[in-house]
Amino acid sequence: MAGRPTTGVPILRLGDVLVTGLLNELDDKTALAFTDELTERISAESIRGVLIDVSRLEIIDSFVARTLMELTTMARLLGARVIVAGMRPPVAITLVELGVELVGVETALDAERGMAALGWRQGPAPGGVRRDTTR
Amino acid sequence: MTQLAKGSIAAAAGAEGGSPADSTFTESDSESATVIALRTEEDLLAVRHAVRAATLKLGFGIVDQTRVVTAASELARNAYIHGGGGALTIEYPRRQGTPGVRLTIRDDGPGIPDLDAALTDGFTTGAGLGHGLGGARRLMDDFEVHTAPGKGTTVIATRWARQ
Repeated sequence: MAGRPTTGVPILRLGDVLVTGLLNELDDKTALAFTDELTERISAESIRGVLIDVSRLEIIDSFVARTLMELTTMARLLGARVIVAGMRPPVAITLVELGVELVGVETALDAERGMAALGWRQGPAPGGVRRDTTR
Repeated sequence: MTQLAKGSIAAAAGAEGGSPADSTFTESDSESATVIALRTEEDLLAVRHAVRAATLKLGFGIVDQTRVVTAASELARNAYIHGGGGALTIEYPRRQGTPGVRLTIRDDGPGIPDLDAALTDGFTTGAGLGHGLGGARRLMDDFEVHTAPGKGTTVIATRWARQ
């Protein structure tokens, strides 16, 4: 979209919100490139909210935690709000024991709640089509 | 390994750990040890996979799996970044019939000049939060660091299966 090499981590745009997710195979270089790409797009596309789904991450170590904290701060400086959604419970337990509290990082239980916090609501389908629950 | 100038810290995260005898090597299971070189960033991913497989083999619960893999990731990254590379060994010791996973992370780097400081939260000399060493210690049951200036660093960390 930006016509430049990307990290391979898909970043979708919905209005003024970017939606993305981290994969378990995230290595350090990819994490840093992801930060660069996201901040550039926030600025270039006047983004006001970013949802980062982390439900695929089987671990979050201090490096990834730091990346998330820095990314959140950078985005805030650019006027955008970041929500980290979908953390697995064992990951939350381990992060606390590790001593990493993700200070300043807003979270949501899952992507849907995160999007709601960013102002997105699931509305009725266009044209008044309803789901047929009788079938 | 003969240099323990800054002391060998044997820390047991819980009361169930560490009688002094534990810090000496118990005989590993007949299952052979796995050794993974720590030379590239890809090796850090290989470490996670291998350690995850090791915890699965012993039937660790999902939270314990996550603790051990996270500790391995922290320690392997330390060895890669601060130690200039090294190796991680996975072994399966037994203690009174209880199986465990033992990680030995060795590097030939400059060593840790102030081990107490390095084990303190918030202490960092590189990219990270400074929770690596102290945090990894909390995630494991038994934890020893052997280091001396110019002699590299070896961390031996064990987590035992819960009964």
